[in-house]
Amino acid sequence: MTALPTYHRRMPTFWWLRKRTYFVFVMRELSSIFIAWFVLFLLLFVKAVGRGETAYHDFLDWAASPVVVALNVVAAVFLVVHTITWFNLTPQAMDLRVGRRPVPAAAVIAAQYAGLLVVSAVVWWLVRS
Amino acid sequence: MTSTQDRQETGTISVQVMRYRPDRSTPPILQEYDVPLRKEWTVLDALNHVKNEIDPTLSFRWSCRMGICGSCGMNVQGEPRLTCGAFLSDYAPGPIRVEPLANFPVIRDLVIDMADFMAKLPRVKPWIIRDDAPDDAEADGEIDGEYLQTPEELEAYKQFSMCINCMLCYAACPVYGLDPDFVGPAAIALAERYDLDSRDRGARERLDVLIEHEGVWGCTFVGECTRVCPKHVDPAGAIQRYKLKAANQSLRAWLLPRGGAR
Amino acid sequence: MTKRRVEPLVWLMFSGGGVTAATVLPVLVALFAFAFPLGWIDAPDYGHVRAVVQNPLTILVLLGVFAVMLVHAAHRFRYTLYDGLQVKHQVLVALLCYGGAAAMTMMALIVLAAPL
Repeated sequence: MTALPTYHRRMPTFWWLRKRTYFVFVMRELSSIFIAWFVLFLLLFVKAVGRGETAYHDFLDWAASPVVVALNVVAAVFLVVHTITWFNLTPQAMDLRVGRRPVPAAAVIAAQYAGLLVVSAVVWWLVRS
Repeated sequence: MTSTQDRQETGTISVQVMRYRPDRSTPPILQEYDVPLRKEWTVLDALNHVKNEIDPTLSFRWSCRMGICGSCGMNVQGEPRLTCGAFLSDYAPGPIRVEPLANFPVIRDLVIDMADFMAKLPRVKPWIIRDDAPDDAEADGEIDGEYLQTPEELEAYKQFSMCINCMLCYAACPVYGLDPDFVGPAAIALAERYDLDSRDRGARERLDVLIEHEGVWGCTFVGECTRVCPKHVDPAGAIQRYKLKAANQSLRAWLLPRGGAR
Repeated sequence: MTKRRVEPLVWLMFSGGGVTAATVLPVLVALFAFAFPLGWIDAPDYGHVRAVVQNPLTILVLLGVFAVMLVHAAHRFRYTLYDGLQVKHQVLVALLCYGGAAAMTMMALIVLAAPL
């Protein structure tokens, strides 16, 4: 378009450290690694259950060890980040209407937390009864 | 160098402007100007003051100075802003860093090359697409002449029609910054504007363009585009809704290979 | 006719996995990563846990839940590598991420289906 050279600014590798909103975004995306960790953790639990009562209790002891607890605390923080950001973003991603009226964002968010409560209650009941 | 107290008494604020001269081989530099800190002045007023009173070689785009033309987009203190809406007093005591709009090549000083953006807009076919020929009164059951649209039908797409093509969303989008092939927020919001228009029948044609990898799928819902948009278009929302639509169409294409035509 | 693309379907799984992780993981983590191991709540007796975990319906549900959450994690992490670290080897990253998810899903299938 122009005969003279245009100046191209490169995005620095750590562009996401330069602005708070970018940083929060990358933290939100990194939660994915910790979700994969929890899947692995739960698989280890299922495997222990399959191997017998001793393995089951050994797993619970291992899960209580300081390193595992520390990892799980960090992972849990990221899980909370995932859940909160996911629920908050859903209303923006969908055009929900009742008849012609749009459903307010707060209602969509509340409904998701209600769903979380219901699922938690069901799992709790299954495990405890 | 005047002290801070001097500045407060004389009421000035320092504006650091990125200067780039394509005819020189030197890299861009930040040049500092002191401008009056007037209560009602915007960054654009400051730039015009610089050009009129201090340094006529400064180049920048502007037009309406009231937030509707979309010409004066720049990065102010690292944030994509319309400079006609960025008040100096909000940045006091300064200094205010003014740079060309991010993620675009710089032609000179604060003027960026928008050719890429201009090429992307027509790719989403931003016009009413209908199958019927204008004279064919039988097709679609429509009469010749005006298309009628109810207020509700207008509401369905009105938000996405408010885009002034200011490109702040492209400057804010890290995906576009990293991959200039990404079609980008404004273009996808524009496609959604036409898809949702009751007069339009072209959703399939736009989908064929946006279902490509550099279409909607590059977007990771950072949401910065919506945050910086001066017209509250919510391009991030438009893109996510488009993804859902595209995914549903894709499911139909996979599950109903012959019956999927619509 | 819409061209057939895989990306939209992967995105649907990513979305499903995100919803699943947000609704199902919190209680599972609260119980099995904290409450039971740390003794905040008495761990259920082995017989009961075994019965629940090895119920065919549980196996099916867990397999689905794990698989979709693994796809979610793989998809998200893939884009984190592209955008966060500007890794340019697109095909390699995609293979590693989705391949990893597939491998872990296989592992899940083996572990879950073992008692059957």
